[in-house]
Amino acid sequence: MSAILKISDLRVAVDGKPILKGVNLEIRQGEIHALMGPNGCGKSTLAYVVAGHPKYEITGGAIELDGVNVLELDPCQRARLGIFLAFQYPVTIPGVKVSDFLRHAVSNVRNPDRKEGEGLIPMKDFRKELKDRMSEIDIDSEFARRYLNDGFSGGEKKRMEILQLSLLRPRFAILDETDSGLDSDAVRAVSEGINKLHGPHMGVLIITHHERLLEFNKPSFTHVMLAGKIVETGDASLAHDLHANGYAAVRERHPTEAAEEQAVTVKA
Amino acid sequence: MSTDLAVQEREDQDVGVGDYQFGFHDPTDKYVFKSRRGLDREIVYQISEMKKEPKWMRDFRINSLETFFQKPMPSWGGDVGEIDFQNIFYYMKAAANLEKSWEDVPDDIRKTYDRLGIPEAEKKYLAGVKAQYESEVIYGSLQEDLAKQGVIFTDTDSALRDHPDLFREYFGKIIPPNDNKFAALNSAVWSGGSFIYVPPGVKIEFPLQAYFRINSENMGQFERTLIIVDEGASAHYVEGCTAPTYSSDSLHSAVVEIIVKRGGRFRYTTIQNWSNNVFNLVTKRAMAYGDSLMEWVDGNLGSKLTMKYPAIYLMEPGARGETLSIAFANNGQHQDAGAKMVHCAPNTSSRVVSKSISKGGGRASYRGLVKVEKGATNCKSNVVCDALILDSKSRSDTYPYIEAEDNQISLEHEASVSKIGEEQLFYLMSRGMTEAEASAMIVTGFIEPLVKELPMEYAVEMNRLIELQMEGSVG
Ligand SMILES: Nc1ncnc2c1ncn2[C@@H]1O[C@H](COP(=O)(O)OP(=O)(O)OP(=O)(O)O)[C@@H](O)[C@H]1O
Ligand SMILES: [Mg+2]
Repeated sequence: MSAILKISDLRVAVDGKPILKGVNLEIRQGEIHALMGPNGCGKSTLAYVVAGHPKYEITGGAIELDGVNVLELDPCQRARLGIFLAFQYPVTIPGVKVSDFLRHAVSNVRNPDRKEGEGLIPMKDFRKELKDRMSEIDIDSEFARRYLNDGFSGGEKKRMEILQLSLLRPRFAILDETDSGLDSDAVRAVSEGINKLHGPHMGVLIITHHERLLEFNKPSFTHVMLAGKIVETGDASLAHDLHANGYAAVRERHPTEAAEEQAVTVKA
Repeated sequence: MSTDLAVQEREDQDVGVGDYQFGFHDPTDKYVFKSRRGLDREIVYQISEMKKEPKWMRDFRINSLETFFQKPMPSWGGDVGEIDFQNIFYYMKAAANLEKSWEDVPDDIRKTYDRLGIPEAEKKYLAGVKAQYESEVIYGSLQEDLAKQGVIFTDTDSALRDHPDLFREYFGKIIPPNDNKFAALNSAVWSGGSFIYVPPGVKIEFPLQAYFRINSENMGQFERTLIIVDEGASAHYVEGCTAPTYSSDSLHSAVVEIIVKRGGRFRYTTIQNWSNNVFNLVTKRAMAYGDSLMEWVDGNLGSKLTMKYPAIYLMEPGARGETLSIAFANNGQHQDAGAKMVHCAPNTSSRVVSKSISKGGGRASYRGLVKVEKGATNCKSNVVCDALILDSKSRSDTYPYIEAEDNQISLEHEASVSKIGEEQLFYLMSRGMTEAEASAMIVTGFIEPLVKELPMEYAVEMNRLIELQMEGSVG
């Protein structure tokens, strides 16, 4: 049976300011969902909250993975449960080699009961696997020895996120604007990468402002977020329509949310 | 060092070891000789007598003792007021002889070094080894081909006996007894330490290693190291230090004197991992002559208080000096460490890279001096200090001093203090790392630029020590 990531009436604030105002979303393993919406509507916030970023205050609602209360878990436990976030802005960790980082990550996620200090997956197998995955998404093997995201170009950082996705093989992946900042060859490489990875065992939520990624990875559902709420859900053609025509029509159809959106922008 | 030490069984757990892995204490009570507690002329005579030293050395010791009594305690740095000089054992000898084979080292002492992984490391990658237990070096070896080329690697006591002229020419010349109170103390009661002579042009590829172990409570260890790297020669010396965990303090006060002659290269690497009741007050100084390169690589973990500022005097044009230091201050510890670079000649250059980490209420201070003597034109100096503070209880300070008599110089100083980033922690945790593992990874990355300068075995050891320091108490 395929697992479900279920987000119900999720309400989130930062520094007392409400950002998500009752988000409902259900993703099954194997499905692709697209999440679109204007800048600042709360897409990344949703992604961070699912991954467990400590700076957000959950003021209501629930997130469950197959009945497990995800909100009670720290980010490490969530990763080991099979949740993955490809960051919109990947973080630099100076002095930590990509290969060391990945070997730890893979060891932890594949052996969820691993305690710190316990053995890592064998070096030899890991090296080979890493090499294969890197060549699949066109990352020079040289990167394994570099420090994590240190001095990487925007596009290189995004590829590094996809490399992690391919090694960790989560049950649910959220890709937060993984296509932004990529040249068209890179979008293609990343899109193909996701396409290869996606299968009956991975549910994907693609957050994007573009269409390319969705062309390769056709979503079964497209959600539109406005002012911290999912206001519409449709199929792949909705994504196409939003991309072509912008959010004016959506705002017209949802005047209350559009007004809230205005209020926030004016205040800020 | 062996990397599976942590899983080795510890049999004698009679003293609290906490998470200090070398905190075990060997139940050796078969001391060949043990001085009474305290310090006076009689004790110093006794040490000299035991060692059957020449008169000049005995006089040197006695004069140094007077200097020690006269000198005031340093009023800066850490709190040394707690040291009770009369409660310390200044000399202990656990084995009758210096052995050339581990088989001949008394069983219980050998066991200590086995646990520390020394004999194993020696087989794998060292050109020579000295092991000092309490006051005396109890084991020594040197690869045969090096001995044939005239390399001397012995303990300092044997050097005084076997190479009297070479010894007397340099001993106490770089750090005279009146340099500071602790140098005077060491000069009065010194015992053991390494003596190295590398003849002109001889290049030693593998590191020479010494291992210092304090085993008794209230023990003072005062090794004295003298290294002469002759013209065009090169060598790398590595030392490690440990002590058991006791409830009352021990004192480690070493003096290290180094000369690197024209065109020579020398690197001195120390990883100190004392238990947290050792006062570690070390004077280290090198003189680097024309076109030579002197490097100190200094890792300070543990101890109650460390005060250590390896110095390099750049004596002639073209001399270069470099100090890389890492300090980790945990709960109850004060690491006051840094570097001193003295440009005595034109066209000399120096570089200092210091990284400190403070955690659990620990305090790490960088104290550094760059001095440019008159006429030393066209000198370059670059100092970079980065501090990482892991929690709000901990503290970090920087005390950089610059004295420049000449203005045709280029001096750069950069300092940064950072807290462990929430975004970095989150990123790593979202990839399955526990909080402790993520913090350890960030800290390991922070010191990586220095750790990669260590010999492989030491780099592994250093990272493992950091992980041990990071375990558990995060948050
Ligand atoms: N730490 C914070 N403090 C204050 N406001 C915040 C904080 N983090 C996020 N916000 C606000 O929350 C809102 C939603 O931000 P979020 O990053 O989720 O938007 P987004 O939909 O991902 O936008 P984009 O398309 O530009 O990536 C924004 O108005 C943002 O300024
Ligand atoms: Mg965003």
